[in-house]
Amino acid sequence: MPTFDLSISSLRELNGALHRVEEGSNDIHFDIVNPRGHHAVAVGVSTHLTISINGSVGYYCAGMNDGADIVIHGSVGPGVAENMMSGTVVVEGDASQYAGATAHGGLLVIRGNASSRCGISMKGIDIVVQGNIGHMSAFMGQAGNLVVLGNAGDALGDSIYEARLFVRGRVESLGSDCIEKEMRAEHHEIIADLLRRAGISNVDTAEFRRYGSARKLYNFHVDNADAY
Amino acid sequence: MSYVNPPTPPRKSATFDDATLAEIRRAAATGIYDIRGGGTKRKVPNFDDLLFLGASMSRYPLEGYREKCETNVVLGTRYAKKPIKLKIPITIAGMSFGALSAPAKEALGRGATLAGTSTTTGDGGMTDGERAHSQILVYQYLPSRYGMNLRDLRRADAIEVVIGQGAKPGGGGMLLGQKISDRVAEMRTLPKGIDQRSACRHPDWTGPDDLEIKITELREITDWEKPIYVKVGGARPYYDTALAVKSGADVIVIDGMQGGTAATQDVFIEHVGLPTLACIRPAVQALQELGMHRKVQLVISGGIRSGADVAKALALGADAVSIGTAALVALGDNDPRWEEEYQKLGTTAGAYDDWHEGKDPAGITTQEPELAARLDPVSGGRRLANYLAVMTLEAQTIARACGKSHLHNLEPEDICALTLEAAAMTQVPLAGTNWFPGKGTF
Repeated sequence: MPTFDLSISSLRELNGALHRVEEGSNDIHFDIVNPRGHHAVAVGVSTHLTISINGSVGYYCAGMNDGADIVIHGSVGPGVAENMMSGTVVVEGDASQYAGATAHGGLLVIRGNASSRCGISMKGIDIVVQGNIGHMSAFMGQAGNLVVLGNAGDALGDSIYEARLFVRGRVESLGSDCIEKEMRAEHHEIIADLLRRAGISNVDTAEFRRYGSARKLYNFHVDNADAY
Repeated sequence: MSYVNPPTPPRKSATFDDATLAEIRRAAATGIYDIRGGGTKRKVPNFDDLLFLGASMSRYPLEGYREKCETNVVLGTRYAKKPIKLKIPITIAGMSFGALSAPAKEALGRGATLAGTSTTTGDGGMTDGERAHSQILVYQYLPSRYGMNLRDLRRADAIEVVIGQGAKPGGGGMLLGQKISDRVAEMRTLPKGIDQRSACRHPDWTGPDDLEIKITELREITDWEKPIYVKVGGARPYYDTALAVKSGADVIVIDGMQGGTAATQDVFIEHVGLPTLACIRPAVQALQELGMHRKVQLVISGGIRSGADVAKALALGADAVSIGTAALVALGDNDPRWEEEYQKLGTTAGAYDDWHEGKDPAGITTQEPELAARLDPVSGGRRLANYLAVMTLEAQTIARACGKSHLHNLEPEDICALTLEAAAMTQVPLAGTNWFPGKGTF
């Protein structure tokens, strides 16, 4: 198992090595120690690697991930797993702003809390947050699922498109064009599946409420001018 | 005896002119602001307000068609392992598939490739067609991140982080429902037929300190191979340039208010941002003060029309220019051959700007298959290449007359200003004087 000590190796050496691994290689397990808040750790990985990051990192950890399974044994700065295409990213600690921003696919699990704008402009990613999320989360969310076991801050789902939001706790307020929607059987199945994949048990899907788009702002109408 | 007011000829108000009155009536009838494409239509100080001096006793010219005048430019020499090498200093600006038809995107790629220059994606991602037909393709990294993915990032030749554009500094993208076809909707992960209003701010960074980290991430993802441009609308060119340098940009693109857009509010186009002419000298000054002129390349866009405009922008210190609207005109946009159909749309050739409605008779700004089929991408590409060749020849003609063996050797001393405004904005002397506003002596 290759190990990179970021107190000795450079970020370039690490990311370069992760990019050079070819699909089918035997050395697919990477251990990263002493990340010491580095930005852009393990970004742009496009093969099925498993990467363990032992410590906290800065901005954009696992950015644009496309296939790797990455676990951060610590907390993350802004933009973890931003624009992820596929793979899994698990944050054992807390996450700063923009977690999973614009991501098209894959699964992001945050064991702690996520700050504001979690899932902003999400485009197909699934996000599970065991704690709370901050304000303006899922802003302009286009597709994918956001499952929150704790509470959500102000303006949840503002200007949302077709992303699905499931919150177990309290929602401080809903943003423009975001409304509570009926929980149907298919939604219980979505939550159950995501909880299982996130390794979370003993949570009843009946405790969640669903939020999504009222679709009233999809086409401009002058009578909605106050909402713009 | 009563006073009789003698009849006078009707006199219209300069303040409430016909266009203003029509807009008030239109606003009252519809309740919505005017949305249109293109750039500003009002007259603002521009390159026509400058003249080249040519050779004289103290400057000797180069022989036209005989002595070499080089035109090549390399973009991205600061950090990128693989800088962009262009034969001419004129690039094609970012325009999206969605705003433009697939044949139009293909034609831009073909024309740029024939001319030895680059073309650029837009808000909506990269299509396989434009990648295949563009030898050098710049991939825009926009706030919406529509269609943004790792594969396309790696198959791009350069990355342009878009912060703003000249038509609407501070505004996001707009693509109305008429143009959200199945293919466009799929690329953008949006429902078909909705009005797509993309974000005006990037979702995962704010400010130059964050941008520096974002650029580092993009470089790490692409193994430091690709040049990274930062594009801003003309607003605060001195500070924006300095901050872009600080953020680690290889190339800075500044787009003045004559630069076009697929669609936005008319009030935005006409009332926000700086004329292109006013953007160049402050940007060059910032680069010079930082010791980065010619090390971080400056690309200027917004209303560039001719080789004279190219030469003037370069003389003021730009490394290259970029064209959008002019390239579309070269393909056939607003061509009088479609006059009958423009009339049916309530407009006329040369004035058609409802690009957002997707009814373009020339088949360029549309997603209607029947209209799009009107543009042959092969002949369209040839027309664009011809136009780029003419612009280049014109710029060379001027440069030789100024005694310059490379377009980049043009300098502010080669030009003068026709108006006080142009002299103030460019800091070149008013014609016939050695003075410009702000300079101590007349």
